[in-house]
Amino acid sequence: MEELTIIGAINKGLRRAMDSDPKVLLMGEDIGKLGGVFRATEGLQKDFGENRVIDTPLAESGIVGTAIGLALYGYRPVVEIQFDGFVYPAFDQIVVQVARMRYRTAGRLHLPITIRMPYGGGIGSVEHHGESPEAYFASTPGLRVVTCADPSDAYWMIQQAVASDDPVIFLEPKRRYWQKGQVDTTADLSSAVPMNGAKILVEGSDCTLICYGPTVATALEAASVAAKDGVHLEVINLRSLSPLDLITLNNSVKKTGRAIVVHEASSSGGIGGEVGQCLMQSCFYHLKAPVLRVTGYDTPYPPSRNENRYLPDADRILDAVEKSMSY
Amino acid sequence: MDQFDELIQLLDCEGTRVENSQYTSTLDEATLLGFYRDMVLVRQLDMQATALQRQGELSLWAPSLGQEAAQIGSGRALKAQDYAFATYREHGIAWCRGVDPVQMLRFWRGTVHQSWDANQHRLYGYQIIIGAHALHATGYAMGAQYAGRVGTGNADQDQAVVAYFGDGAMSEGDINEAFIFATAYQAPVVFFCQNNQWAISEPTKRQSRVPLAHRADGFGMPGIRVDGNDVIACHEVTMRALDRARSGQGPTLIEAVTYRMGAHTTSDDPTKYRDNADDELWRARDPIERLRIYLTKKNVLNEEIASDIAREAVSLAERMREGCRQFPDPNPLSMFDHVYAGSDARIEAQRAEVQAILAEEGAN
Repeated sequence: MEELTIIGAINKGLRRAMDSDPKVLLMGEDIGKLGGVFRATEGLQKDFGENRVIDTPLAESGIVGTAIGLALYGYRPVVEIQFDGFVYPAFDQIVVQVARMRYRTAGRLHLPITIRMPYGGGIGSVEHHGESPEAYFASTPGLRVVTCADPSDAYWMIQQAVASDDPVIFLEPKRRYWQKGQVDTTADLSSAVPMNGAKILVEGSDCTLICYGPTVATALEAASVAAKDGVHLEVINLRSLSPLDLITLNNSVKKTGRAIVVHEASSSGGIGGEVGQCLMQSCFYHLKAPVLRVTGYDTPYPPSRNENRYLPDADRILDAVEKSMSY
Repeated sequence: MDQFDELIQLLDCEGTRVENSQYTSTLDEATLLGFYRDMVLVRQLDMQATALQRQGELSLWAPSLGQEAAQIGSGRALKAQDYAFATYREHGIAWCRGVDPVQMLRFWRGTVHQSWDANQHRLYGYQIIIGAHALHATGYAMGAQYAGRVGTGNADQDQAVVAYFGDGAMSEGDINEAFIFATAYQAPVVFFCQNNQWAISEPTKRQSRVPLAHRADGFGMPGIRVDGNDVIACHEVTMRALDRARSGQGPTLIEAVTYRMGAHTTSDDPTKYRDNADDELWRARDPIERLRIYLTKKNVLNEEIASDIAREAVSLAERMREGCRQFPDPNPLSMFDHVYAGSDARIEAQRAEVQAILAEEGAN
């Protein structure tokens, strides 16, 4: 066991992926000497060289577009988008080209590309540095969208994403980058929990709290407060936003009869709506209350002095729990 | 600047070879006769596909009429180990890469998203998104570099990549980003821009105040303007740019000045936005006619050979008509194939829904 931060675990996971497959390349802005603005790739260029850790020109569409060409050549590119809010210039290449290559070519070509990006708010930064664009990608057929919430998942899931033959959008909760945890870095990749499965973090009988990425820590905090009041929340970390692990969700909600989805992204058209609809379809007769959402508001991301009001916190989650329990 | 200034030309409109101190083509006459046959057949396939669209057999077709020299000249300069990325108008490139014209139609008929196996022909399928593939070509070329397939001096091993696009694409961000990446890494890619004067209804001057080839300067690569209706010149400049790329000297931008003699696609009506005088000017610059005159003067092309090629064209057209109608509609369930590497519960549930509908329809 080794104590790692999330960012440190991603760094180690990338290193291991590069060690085990010479076709793995890293591409992005400032990822070489600097090691990325969050240091996810620190030391990797020194050890793997400039042909495997590639500092790119400052052009997101260009990064993803050339990653496509490299993948067609037989490489396994891992692209870093510096911030969530900078991904939009690459949107066309991601949703029109990356997502559809396998389908378009009837399985003859595929693009094993991982697109990493720090996402979510809470770091007190300026506009474009606190966004949660996951719903755009989760609603795009052909992409896998995953997000980690602790160092162990960060370490294993980044390796699973790189090894995946489907393109993966890998979302990293930037305000949790320095959260620490124990990681067994000696284990086999094959023994890690698959990235497309949800994880039950806390078992409970009263209400299911469904969260992912940066809101996992918030949900856990809410669950421990609720437990003191005798309300037992079951906390599920989704991990995969597309596809959703509906089996784990359905089993939990059939047991608790209540569900609340928590995310930082806006409510409308978000993951919460999708999860709620799936639960209504599968668990209709088990539900004791409507599925509720605790999310960012339907506004653009606010100036940082207001972000604590915007982001779901334990109090807002507990209010929703109360609403659900007293329905 | 006149649209015909600075053009590299080795065969003029009257079918006479032009001396050029910098560029001399060493193509033999048999090869040129082959180019002539290529161009005649590609024109035939284009006209036949246009007709098939008019008859309701294809949902759309983007004519390559008038651009045969640019496509055959450059396409025949590619080596087997090279790779090309092209747009929806590059039927001549597909022809050079060995794609059967009957197969080309599948995409336009709506039975598949890609008409041919990209890796088999080393040509990615028709790209619809303007300019997007220039980045793919650049990335592919970077891949050749990282794989050690550039600048080794082995003529059968070293690879180059060509990205084909038009004058309209020169305004796209992706094209400009591709130029930046290609020059930053000195990737072995040739950007072959067919300036056919029109981006649907917009003339090239709406895209640029300077000749497109001049833009190369600002990116730090050579920019070459070639007579796009001169198959010999197109072949020569492309071959040199490819040699340069394969030997590790980096990218080149070629602007082939040509003319879209037909409509943008079969859904377009060029009479609404362009002048007949232009059509006439360019008819006099026809890419096939000038080579016909040259080869006839040289006694390489005679009536017998010409009628052989014409017969071949007729039978190609027949084969296209037959083949096109014989493409089966895809099985509705195939719609659910190949979204992901493995199976996906959502998609399988939806496949089952359609399966049930089909079963019900079958039962009725």
